[in-house]
Amino acid sequence: MRLPPVHGEWIDRSKIITFTFEGKTYTGHPGDSITSALWAADIRVLGRSFKYHRPRGVLTMANHDVNALMQSTERLNVRADVTPLVDGMALTAVNTFGGLQSDKASILGAFSRFMPVGFYYKAFYTKQLFPMWERMFRTLTGLGKVDFSSPRVRTPKNYGFCDVLVIGAGPSGLAAALAAAAQGAEVLIVDENARVGGSAGYIGCTDSERAELHAAQLSEVQAHPRIRIMTSTYAAGYYADHWIPLVASDVMTKMRAQSIVVATGAYEQPSVFRNNDLPGIMMASGAQRLMHRYAVKPMQKVVVLTANADGYRAALDLAAFGVEVAAVVDLRAQTKIDPSESESQVNAKGMRILKGHCIAEAIAGKQGKSVAAVVVARLSASGEAEVAGQETIACDGLVMSVGWAPTANLLYQAGTRMRYEKSVEQFVPDVLPAGVFACGRVNGVHTLTARHADGRRAGSMAAAHAGFGVAELIEVAAESECPTHPWPIISHSSGKNFVDFDEDLQLIDFHNAVQEGFDNIELLKRFSTVGMGPSQGKHSNMIALRILARLTNKEPQQVGTTTARPFFHPVPMSLLGGRGFTPERRTPLHAKHDAHGACWMPAGVWQRPEYYRVEGQSRLECIHGEVAAVRTSIGIIDVGTLGKLEVIGPQAAEFLDRVYISKYANLKVGMTRYAVMCDESGVIIDDGVVGRLAEDHFYFTTTTSGAATIYRELSRLNTMWGLDCGIVNHTGAFAAVNLAGPRSREVLGTLTDTDLSSGAFPYLALREAKVAGIPARLMRVGFVGEWGYEIHVPANQGVALWEALMAAGQQFGIRPFGVEAQRLLRLEKGHIIISQDTDGLTSPLEVNLDWALKMDKPFFVGQRSLKIIASKERKQQLVGFELAADFSGTAPLECHLVIHKGEISGRVTSIAYSPNVGRNIGMAFVTPELAKQGTQIAIRITNGSEVKATVVRTPFYDPENLKQKETT
Amino acid sequence: MPWKLLRFGVSKKHPEPRMFTYHEKLKTHYDVVIIGGGGHGLASAYYLGKDHGITDVAVLEKGYIGGGNTGRNTTIIRSNYLTPEGVKFYDESVNLWQDLSQDFDLNLFYANRGHFTLAHTDSAMRTMRWRAEVNKHYGVNSEVVDADFVKRHAPMIDLSCSGHAPILGALYHAPGSVARHDTVAWGYGRGADMRGAEIHQQTEVLGIDVQSGKVKGVLTSRGYISTNKVICAVAGYTPRILDMVDIKSPIYIHPLQAMVSEPIKAWLDPILVSGSLHVYISQSSRGELVMGASLDPYEVQSTRSTLDFVEGLSSHLLDMFPFLSNVKVMRQWAGMADMTPDFAPIMGKTPIEGFYLDAGWGTWGFKATPVCGKTMSHTVANDSNHPLITGFTLDRFRNFSLTGEKGAASVGH
Repeated sequence: MRLPPVHGEWIDRSKIITFTFEGKTYTGHPGDSITSALWAADIRVLGRSFKYHRPRGVLTMANHDVNALMQSTERLNVRADVTPLVDGMALTAVNTFGGLQSDKASILGAFSRFMPVGFYYKAFYTKQLFPMWERMFRTLTGLGKVDFSSPRVRTPKNYGFCDVLVIGAGPSGLAAALAAAAQGAEVLIVDENARVGGSAGYIGCTDSERAELHAAQLSEVQAHPRIRIMTSTYAAGYYADHWIPLVASDVMTKMRAQSIVVATGAYEQPSVFRNNDLPGIMMASGAQRLMHRYAVKPMQKVVVLTANADGYRAALDLAAFGVEVAAVVDLRAQTKIDPSESESQVNAKGMRILKGHCIAEAIAGKQGKSVAAVVVARLSASGEAEVAGQETIACDGLVMSVGWAPTANLLYQAGTRMRYEKSVEQFVPDVLPAGVFACGRVNGVHTLTARHADGRRAGSMAAAHAGFGVAELIEVAAESECPTHPWPIISHSSGKNFVDFDEDLQLIDFHNAVQEGFDNIELLKRFSTVGMGPSQGKHSNMIALRILARLTNKEPQQVGTTTARPFFHPVPMSLLGGRGFTPERRTPLHAKHDAHGACWMPAGVWQRPEYYRVEGQSRLECIHGEVAAVRTSIGIIDVGTLGKLEVIGPQAAEFLDRVYISKYANLKVGMTRYAVMCDESGVIIDDGVVGRLAEDHFYFTTTTSGAATIYRELSRLNTMWGLDCGIVNHTGAFAAVNLAGPRSREVLGTLTDTDLSSGAFPYLALREAKVAGIPARLMRVGFVGEWGYEIHVPANQGVALWEALMAAGQQFGIRPFGVEAQRLLRLEKGHIIISQDTDGLTSPLEVNLDWALKMDKPFFVGQRSLKIIASKERKQQLVGFELAADFSGTAPLECHLVIHKGEISGRVTSIAYSPNVGRNIGMAFVTPELAKQGTQIAIRITNGSEVKATVVRTPFYDPENLKQKETT
Repeated sequence: MPWKLLRFGVSKKHPEPRMFTYHEKLKTHYDVVIIGGGGHGLASAYYLGKDHGITDVAVLEKGYIGGGNTGRNTTIIRSNYLTPEGVKFYDESVNLWQDLSQDFDLNLFYANRGHFTLAHTDSAMRTMRWRAEVNKHYGVNSEVVDADFVKRHAPMIDLSCSGHAPILGALYHAPGSVARHDTVAWGYGRGADMRGAEIHQQTEVLGIDVQSGKVKGVLTSRGYISTNKVICAVAGYTPRILDMVDIKSPIYIHPLQAMVSEPIKAWLDPILVSGSLHVYISQSSRGELVMGASLDPYEVQSTRSTLDFVEGLSSHLLDMFPFLSNVKVMRQWAGMADMTPDFAPIMGKTPIEGFYLDAGWGTWGFKATPVCGKTMSHTVANDSNHPLITGFTLDRFRNFSLTGEKGAASVGH
């Protein structure tokens, strides 16, 4: 039922929102949560529990009511207690079978005796039947349903900075913010609720003194120029160096703070008694949230179960809103100050107070969909409900205010050591990490004025930590009464006294789990699944700990807590995934390739032309056409994706000698040399070409995929060694092409004045010259096996270079060629590609790079390992092979295995049909016994048949390297 | 309802004894001391008793059983490795898994779901073919399949992966399975306990007594134990234990993180892995999506979680399954992976007589639990390395006989 207007209510009564729930239409107001609108419409069953499918209603109204999860079209597991109501919502409860009202799965409750804790471990496992049982379990478990048609939601992320981040805008948080701001710090307050104020907005608001104090604090905060406030936003986790994701409904802000004040308050804790889950039984704070925020009357007639002053305040509150208070049941027989102030007020209103009493059980209404009455009993010294003198009190609601558990999730994640403080019966921070401060209920401070003081203390310290002012010494008064009862747990022979509402765990389950040996908190959690549901134990972990402590005769401190991990509340993947950046690198010539009909392929983070489409030709014809152009005339390939580095300094040559297996100290200025890099275990990890521009200046390339990691590794080594040289990564700064083919010199000659004669510019030489007026670095290379030049120019002149070369080459039919043609061309030359013709264990010796390996250097990375490898028997060798010229079957593919005497004796690393050789040619690793030229090897293809091949020498094409020599 | 549950309904008191006996004190001597009460240590104790009749065994656990990587992994079981040594070893493990629930009288929720390693590049397709061919050679059921086949088994997948990493095909490994990880530790623990082994939790090893190259005893936080045989099965703590016996190893520790979603209704049957997107995903029988990625790129001995991990993983998962945008991540965690240079484990005898190592399990240890127990117990009982682990010995790093498993273990775990 909706109350008359309530001071400070969040709803806007001037507007009406219409929505449906389980097929029926309801109305609410802007500002309502789904639950508040339904509760106002006297709907009491909001969801079904996970295991027994028992009807459940409101528990907290604080984003912890995971038994009231709903589906709103494509949004699933929507927390109805706090999710704002939106016009047109079509809601259903999750995980029901045949609807919420008549959920067929509720039959499971009748079998609960057969399903004790961990029952599913004790049966269902015969091999034949397990798949059937698993299907059944999978049908029963899981909450909401994903909608496969829902689109990807891409959301940008925000980044923020502040001096002091205050998490929680309750009385202590606001006090902390004011104190920190007063010392000069820029403060950000974040709170998951729609409005600031925390419990001050709903606990004890009917007390005018408290209300005034709250109002004054609020206006001061809102007026302060150095305080920002983010509401409807929760701190989802704590990560190293005060890195906090702040999550709102549509965006995540990653906040870096100088210091942090955790003022997250406490979770009100339930009492455990039979049927404590019936709709209508809720936390006192939940009822107060319903009344003060949403102007919803939580029930007509209530029994208040309490063990602290907050419960008495709740009774006064409820009465003020017209709820009939049938009784206040206090677990405590006596209090330190007797009677307490709030107790006297309750007394003055003529309400009935039963001290030293508990709820033995609640009596269900029809179908368990409401509470009809509660049975009140004396509480014995040992914490049991006494049988004699029990009294049944009719009511349609019960509120629980028996204690608090600190909302310490972020503190645990930050590495706080907590200790159990007996005077308040809760864990409190013992040793806080640097820059993290705590205040208020999470710090064991519950009295309102003390929370203000504690907030000022923490705020002042946080500001000082961030470099603003000096930490003020503020005394915080100790609690006069313990706010939390250490044992609000009442056993019952018929059970259904729930400890964990997410997982439907009853008190007996804990006894049984401990009996089976799961008697430490982590094992208990894992066996019973306590705290593993969507609320992650916010209402069950502390009670489970108390039960375990009692069963094992330990103190809570000795039992300890389970590890709290992110997230505080679950976070949608869309917010975590953000916009989904997938960077793709393109060379300056990208548009040129497109214009030539490039067919693209990914190469690490780069896109490279695989080949260029030609009208009317197949992929293979196109590739072979490109190969022919290079072999007979001229071709051009974009090699701008290669890593391009420089090392400069007096010890540049020394550096290269240490990281590559060859020698570079003796490389002449103006010359290049092939370069192979190994890791410490002697495995090849990269290759490229090193060119010497000056005594102390080298320019060198790495593989396309290795560019980033090699640069990083070289930088690491250089830092470690401290040599007198520096490394510069020019990968993106240069465009580069390889101009290759018998006509390449002729074409280049038309664009440059530099002497291209083989005397002046021999094979493997490096020259700096202008090409088409563009300053360029030219290297005579032979990777594809023809006369050719790698031409490197500044990236912004790449297109001009390309256009000039294409124009100059036109008369010879110049063709751009792609990665596939290059792979075939180099295969014909027997050149390896790192990571295709090598793997995670390949040493230079196995791929015939002995000639490059200079073991007589004093040191290089991998040298020691290679020494050992060299002394051992070779396990495999890379060889060339060819299929018969008339082979016509299914050719092997790369990575098909070489089989010898029934055993794996190698594998194909590269294979292709070579139009120049007129056969299928390839390279393969084979065992040494098969490595001799002329050996017949058998390659097993996918269908299991074997293809014969012959080991031959490489290169397949131009074995004498005549193509690099001047023809006369 | 299975008849096995009836006894719970009819008996007045919970009819289940302790799974693990509580032992007030350590004895002064055990024939074998196992350091580490995770799956591997408990399985070793179990098979020492079951196969070799060695029951005077103590399992020492610093925390609680199964609390290390046994309880932190993402429970994938497969044998589609790359090296002959690996394939044979993991295949034997998969065989052992089949009967474990029966052996233990405990439901491990061993669920055969099928395992896809997706390939987005032609080089990945090459590696898949390599693995498939090696697997088939040793009788392991693996094959290279095309994108259409993937689509048939996971119809909701976006084969283009948001357009930037199209799936070309996959390595399909039909035996791929998941299990409830904690139960593995409990099952082995209970079985070992029944056979006489003692499990001592909250018992930390402080030192190992080695004299003239032989193990003589173990110093613990609860006193000294004399023994001639010690198995070290402590994953992320291996370097610390090895320091106690002065053995050098190439093990380095990287964190490995994972996360789970809130429970949602079952929709995903197979296990999917993508090396290019650094993602793997399966759905547990509770309905949670269990998700992980490759190792954190830095060495650190810590189980702290990072935000970038959940951000990157979520982004890549949405590339594959865009409709998961509204699904919420509930919890994240991390384990410490003891990595080796060749991504294969380190097992068996060491230069110290009586000191046996079961380490280097990096990100692939859970699936090996049964076969580790089998082979380590054999090795200890006979003081001779089991034939299945001769490729995994510590001295391979000294004499460079590495077992290159990187291609099959780096993301797939």
